[in-house]
Amino acid sequence: MTRNPVIKVRNLVKKFGSFVANDNLSFEVYEGEIFGFLGANGAGKTTAIRILTGLSEPTSGEVMVAGFDARRQPEEIKKNIGYMCQKFSLYDDLTIRENIMLYGGIYGLGKALIRERTNQLLDRLNFREYGDRLISSLPLGLKQKLAFSVAVFHEPRIVFLDEPTGGVDPITRRQFWEMIYETASRGITVFVTTHYMDEAEYCDRVSIMSEGRIVAIDTPAELKKQYDAESVEEVFVKIARPGMKHGKESETADNKREA
Amino acid sequence: MSKSIESTGIWKNFGDTQALKDISFDVNEGEIFGFIGPDGAGKTTLFRIITTLLLPDRGSMTILGLDSTKGFKKLRENIGYMPGRFSLYLDLTVEENLNFYASVFGTRVEDNYELISDIYSHIEPFKKRLAGKLSGGMKQKLALSCALIHRPRLLVLDEPTTGVDAVSRTEFWEMLRKLRQHDITIVVSTPYMDEAIRCDRVALIQSGQIMTIDKPQNIRDGFSRKLFSAKAADKYGLLIALREYPGTLSVYPFGDSIHVTFSEEKPDKALTEFLLKNGITDAVLNETEAGIEDRFLELMGKDETRKL
Repeated sequence: MTRNPVIKVRNLVKKFGSFVANDNLSFEVYEGEIFGFLGANGAGKTTAIRILTGLSEPTSGEVMVAGFDARRQPEEIKKNIGYMCQKFSLYDDLTIRENIMLYGGIYGLGKALIRERTNQLLDRLNFREYGDRLISSLPLGLKQKLAFSVAVFHEPRIVFLDEPTGGVDPITRRQFWEMIYETASRGITVFVTTHYMDEAEYCDRVSIMSEGRIVAIDTPAELKKQYDAESVEEVFVKIARPGMKHGKESETADNKREA
Repeated sequence: MSKSIESTGIWKNFGDTQALKDISFDVNEGEIFGFIGPDGAGKTTLFRIITTLLLPDRGSMTILGLDSTKGFKKLRENIGYMPGRFSLYLDLTVEENLNFYASVFGTRVEDNYELISDIYSHIEPFKKRLAGKLSGGMKQKLALSCALIHRPRLLVLDEPTTGVDAVSRTEFWEMLRKLRQHDITIVVSTPYMDEAIRCDRVALIQSGQIMTIDKPQNIRDGFSRKLFSAKAADKYGLLIALREYPGTLSVYPFGDSIHVTFSEEKPDKALTEFLLKNGITDAVLNETEAGIEDRFLELMGKDETRKL
């Protein structure tokens, strides 16, 4: 794999008042890599992702995404990334074609190009006959595959996925991961956040956040070796929440921010 | 052994959608019984029938010795239900929610406190906080406390660990284990295949049908072929090559490896050559033990693999 970084984070700090949500993060993510971004509820993942996607400004530190500075060029970042989350991705009351048209248009693709790519996409997914169906009429598995295809429709440098395969059946889930592999093999970086530790096993590298810091970052195999664990889940339970060691619920970043 | 639930031939349709098709199962008293399956499998519909909130179109269900459609008043006093969606009052505090649920069931928190103390003690320091301001793990503990406060004999938990981080999930299962000493039967659903091993018995459910019911280890043992785990630096390349190879029967990505079965007992020598020809020089193939998810995939149908 080429080691050309598309995300470069140096000493990223994000504070909300006196609360430090991201405490001096430094890491890189490479071109064509499938990177898993893990952490307990409230560890500071969402805050970091909002910065990486140009939605929030870092308090200090250097964040470069797809070659652009997160502080000075957030709009450029948004043009060069894709985003998909499980809860919402496509408009239920638009057809498949209309959804693609909408997203293609938002990302500034020309009509001819959109049409050409739409047909390619529908062929690839064996969706041709479904093109004029409403999203609401599709089964969950198809919807998710389509949502992913739409998220990379404008050929972004990086696509951010939030729990992409949670809850889907095991076959659909594997079809989905194959789409992710295929996308990464074309050089698009896939940045996955998830609660499902078995999703993490599919990633090339994972980082684990705890209380605003990255406490581990490596390949799943290396982490398992290092922590003498059989699964990423076991590694996670060992290191992700120091506050839980005494069996008491600790204050998390989410709680503090909301409280 | 005494049965907490006996379900025979339950069917349920919503318009043209068949949500449940001929669902039959028994749950023994005191066991942790899991329904494992993806979203849309019918788990929630089934749980609404078990909790007497929904009537089946056909079939019968006996719960704690009573017919679910006739004995629902008595049954509701003896069932604790934690729905999949967080359903407590967000604008009441932790403490107020708990008191409210206790009063609805005609009891007091003090009367059953020892039953929930293990769970509730985690969130008690935050008892004055609004439920809407709790983290996912804390909400889950409060919901469980509320479902238990009337000391039910049957506890029904619909995807209690969905959206909760791995640490909270592990803790949650430990709490369920501890509840067994209070003679509570637990029926729980989850989309996480790896949680099956936490149950005494599980039913694998897909598209409204139960595919199999057994102890987790027996389900794994039910895998019909030798299973191999394949690895190479170029995972995607390996996947494509294995799928193209004529001797493979099923090829699925599985975390950092690929799970493969062959039409012959074992892979033949030609495979190595085939992989080399496809540019995969570092493939490692080892026999491995099938997990619940492997068996689930097998039961879902072998034909699906080739359609990918």
